[in-house]
Amino acid sequence: MIPVFEDWGMSYETAWFVSTIAGILLIALPLMLAVAMIIYVDRKVWAAMALRRGPNVVGPFGLLQSFADGLKVFLQETIVPSAANKGLFLIAPIVTFTLALAAWAVIPFNSGAVLADINVGLLYILAISSLGVYGVVMSGWASNSKYPFFSAMRAAAQMISYEVSIGFILICVVLWAGTFNMNGIIEAQRGHGLGIVNGFVFNLLLFPMWVMFLISSLAETARAPFDLTEAESELVAGYQTEYSSMSFALFWLGEYANVLLMCALNAILFFGGWLPPLEWAPLYWIPGWLWLFAKIFFFFFIFSWVKATVPRFRYDQLMRLGWKVFLPLSLVFVVLVSGWLMFTRYGEAI
Amino acid sequence: MIQAFAFYLFAGLVIASGAVTILARNPVHSVLWLIVAFFNGAGLMVLVGAEFIAMLLVIVYVGAVAVLFLFVVMMLDIDFAELRAGFIKNFPLGIAIALVLLAELVLGVGAWRAGAIALGTPAGDAAPLLGESNIENIGALLYGRYLFLFESAGIILLVAMIGAIVLTHRGSRAARGQQDIARQNARKPSEATINTRPEVGQGIQL
Repeated sequence: MIPVFEDWGMSYETAWFVSTIAGILLIALPLMLAVAMIIYVDRKVWAAMALRRGPNVVGPFGLLQSFADGLKVFLQETIVPSAANKGLFLIAPIVTFTLALAAWAVIPFNSGAVLADINVGLLYILAISSLGVYGVVMSGWASNSKYPFFSAMRAAAQMISYEVSIGFILICVVLWAGTFNMNGIIEAQRGHGLGIVNGFVFNLLLFPMWVMFLISSLAETARAPFDLTEAESELVAGYQTEYSSMSFALFWLGEYANVLLMCALNAILFFGGWLPPLEWAPLYWIPGWLWLFAKIFFFFFIFSWVKATVPRFRYDQLMRLGWKVFLPLSLVFVVLVSGWLMFTRYGEAI
Repeated sequence: MIQAFAFYLFAGLVIASGAVTILARNPVHSVLWLIVAFFNGAGLMVLVGAEFIAMLLVIVYVGAVAVLFLFVVMMLDIDFAELRAGFIKNFPLGIAIALVLLAELVLGVGAWRAGAIALGTPAGDAAPLLGESNIENIGALLYGRYLFLFESAGIILLVAMIGAIVLTHRGSRAARGQQDIARQNARKPSEATINTRPEVGQGIQL
């Protein structure tokens, strides 16, 4: 975008500044709109699977429900418990929300259409998502209340556990792609399956990685069946118990933005991101960002499908799945993938 | 211009948050300020072009180590009066450690200035391979030139980890409830439940 602004007679620095700001707005504003609509979709899918109607009153088909909810919480009073640690209590939702937005900086929407095309893109995502636990832990501690604190402890243990196996899964993808750059990873998937199908998922060694990544991303975003941080039968509302109005809404938005990010990561790492599913010229007439959106939407449907159908895990089962199943499996696959690549791709180097 | 500005911003924030870390009265606040310091340190790394180290700093220190630290500190039952008393008692020791660190810093910078130790050989084969990303440079160094040092560091860490697990896991296995996951999964509803239609007032035999 920088050359466009330079053509308008700006110096390089000003053009860089203006185009970065414009890029941030171009990502953040549609993302907020997408979060509002995706909450509606989540509720509709959930309702349909429970044979209910779901939101259908505000606007045509209830499409404006999320905006009505947003307006409602915006007009409410922010209640800070008297025993709470005020500063941290108010900062925690801001941290969650900001980090949820910050991770989108490296997501490519089309060839070259990315805000920060850095060569450690995937590590940046990992770094930001490992920070995500602070919002939850801070809110749980600052609330100075029993259930939020339990929830914060659970969240910290859960997110760290699953980050370890996610790290190993990402290493498999990075080994195959040969780069940490997000656009590079997508380009590496072009014609990956028999030269016609785009995506790492059509690869016998990486398909199990995708299954594990999908399950880990459910756990990482604390979605059902791993939503033990907000298990209402035991912890009231988890770390959000003491929150109200906009500070609650920030948690809500941040959480769904994180879910969308995980859907986008599934699409980018294993399903070819903005590439069309098949390597066939007419499919390229549809712009890349539409393909990415379709894939994100597909994965979000899977997320809400799981939420509507799978019962909640017990906490010890969750820990067992993370440490005793996913961690050894992903380690084995790191060895398998690197061994295979050594055999076929880098063999002549030794 | 913008680089100098960013440098002074990050450096100032590192020092300021480091100072607040030791001045804050609440230990949880201290840990959180320490995290801010780490984060700004990562910003400085990005500025010098070591983006891989910066990301590792955030992932390892902020994302894992500091979370566990915070975890422990939050669980503490803090008595501020006792903490204050301990501060006076440990103050000379703290000053001594600070002096040692300062001396090491001065010595290190002095030695670097004097050029006594040549880090990397004159031929330049330990220097970064210019023109490639620093992930590739670090990988080439760690898995090429320094392979055995790297592997032995890994083995030491593995032994330390196993040692810690063994030390904390000494209790008898029989005393703890052991779960057989395979048996739990193999259980069918027919083994655990019965479906009967008892007469009214008769009850059922369990």
